Amino acid sequence: MKALIDVYTVFWADLRVLRRHLVRTIATSLINPLLYLLAFGYGLGRGISFEGYSYLDFVVPGIIALTAMTSSFNGSGSKLHVDRLFYKCFDEYLMAPVNVSSIVIGKTLIGVVRGIISSAALLFAGLIISPKIVASPTLPLFVLVLIISCFVFAFLGVLVALLVKSHQDMNTFSTIILLPMTFLSGTFFSLEGLPETLKTALYLLPLTHSSQCLRAAALNQFFPSESLLALICFGALFFSGSVLALKKTSVLNMLSRCARLLVALDKFKYRFKTHVF
Amino acid sequence: MEEVIATEDLSKKYGDLWAVKNLSLKVFSGEIFGFLGPNGAGKTTTIRILTTLTKPTFGRAWVGGFDVVEKPEKVREAIGVMQQHLSLDRDLTVRENMELRARLHHFDSSERKRRIAELLDYVGLTEHADRTIDELSGGLQRRTMIACSLIHKPKLLFLDEPTVGLDAHTRRRMWDLIRRLNADGVTIFLTTHYIEEAEALCHRVGIIHEGQLIALDNPFELRRKIGLFTVVTVIENGNASYKYFPDKMAATQYVQSLPSTVKTIVVRESNLEDVFLELTGRELAIK
Repeated sequence: MKALIDVYTVFWADLRVLRRHLVRTIATSLINPLLYLLAFGYGLGRGISFEGYSYLDFVVPGIIALTAMTSSFNGSGSKLHVDRLFYKCFDEYLMAPVNVSSIVIGKTLIGVVRGIISSAALLFAGLIISPKIVASPTLPLFVLVLIISCFVFAFLGVLVALLVKSHQDMNTFSTIILLPMTFLSGTFFSLEGLPETLKTALYLLPLTHSSQCLRAAALNQFFPSESLLALICFGALFFSGSVLALKKTSVLNMLSRCARLLVALDKFKYRFKTHVF
Repeated sequence: MEEVIATEDLSKKYGDLWAVKNLSLKVFSGEIFGFLGPNGAGKTTTIRILTTLTKPTFGRAWVGGFDVVEKPEKVREAIGVMQQHLSLDRDLTVRENMELRARLHHFDSSERKRRIAELLDYVGLTEHADRTIDELSGGLQRRTMIACSLIHKPKLLFLDEPTVGLDAHTRRRMWDLIRRLNADGVTIFLTTHYIEEAEALCHRVGIIHEGQLIALDNPFELRRKIGLFTVVTVIENGNASYKYFPDKMAATQYVQSLPSTVKTIVVRESNLEDVFLELTGRELAIK
């Protein structure tokens, strides 16, 4: 109970800030996906049909997935890394009698909210051009996957914001990891027919699973449950990573602890054996 | 007197550099203790260790009776901290920043309102309560930080360079606030590189230089050790030389013995600056 209140407290402060800059925040996070939607979906893809759907129907779920990714990632990550590195006001949370997981989840929620707001706005814009999604009987599933995706990328935002050592690091991560994901993760084209190795590589990216699930739910195709599972695993991984980063327990540290435990167990076994004989 | 801070051989190494080395000191309940030293002497590192934000390389420290490494959460509950930099959320108002701290310390809604109103009044911020931090002057931002660090009624308050960057007037108002807090029973550990601040505020002063504690006493005793009177003489080439004497009589005798080639003679009471420069080497400080 106390942990939940703490989550809300951390979330509350960020929500106050978001409310103060609501219009600006939403407007800036919508520019990119709207441009993609217009350029690729409407401009380029008007006459093309794809896997039996118009290209527009095909691409809208992909663009929603990437909107969820960038908005959630930036929503949780950009303020956090500035607060941590430049304003150093993040120290105040660490000084408070609050456990680390509550801080991580609280900081994630603001990203989730921003991801949901942006993708809902884009969904609305997409519906005007391509009304098929709302007609899909699997709309609740679509919303569920969307929310899970927002959590995954908001956790990633928190993790990266906790690990980076400078503003440049944050930009580098966006350029090297997020930007290629934006274009390659089955957002604008189908992964069917790609060479196996490339396909495997792309399935290592969370956005691939997110866009596959969203598209299947939007177009009422066969739903890839294992992709949903993969997405949840990514979320769990990013969450635990963030908690460890805050506890400053490095993986190396953990490994050495495990090794010591094994050695201790071994000694115990040895002692036990000698005792028996 | 009850010890509220104790350290034993506290040391912290960053790379090849000892930021703090073998620091042992005690701070007692009810004091204003000043930690004086130039920039980069290890003051902030010491505060970060004592407030559990950094772990020492070796040595131990107890704050409020708890070991800072073993029981950090107990230490955090017992202390208030005002960081050197602005550690407030700039997009939130004064009241919201205070509310965030109150919520993090699990105050319920009515307690929160009462405590915030009380503190706003105490630090004189009531009329600015609903302005965002970005809109406030440096002095008001500092006051907000103090108010935030007092939310949970700590008996021990750490102030890291509380008046750095403030104008003379605002600084004096900050000193008044610190004295008032102390009179209301809060023990204060502050760092400063302003010598007059240590002199004006602190019951005891520790001087830190290159990570090591080089003197620890009350300002009067520190002065008495080098001499209560200072004679500054300037000869033709413009270099000043400093001599210290235990009383005015000895100082005057010395002045009378000086040759007529001396251009300027100043006789005055010694101050902490003299102590500081005497201990750390005047030539070094002039550079």
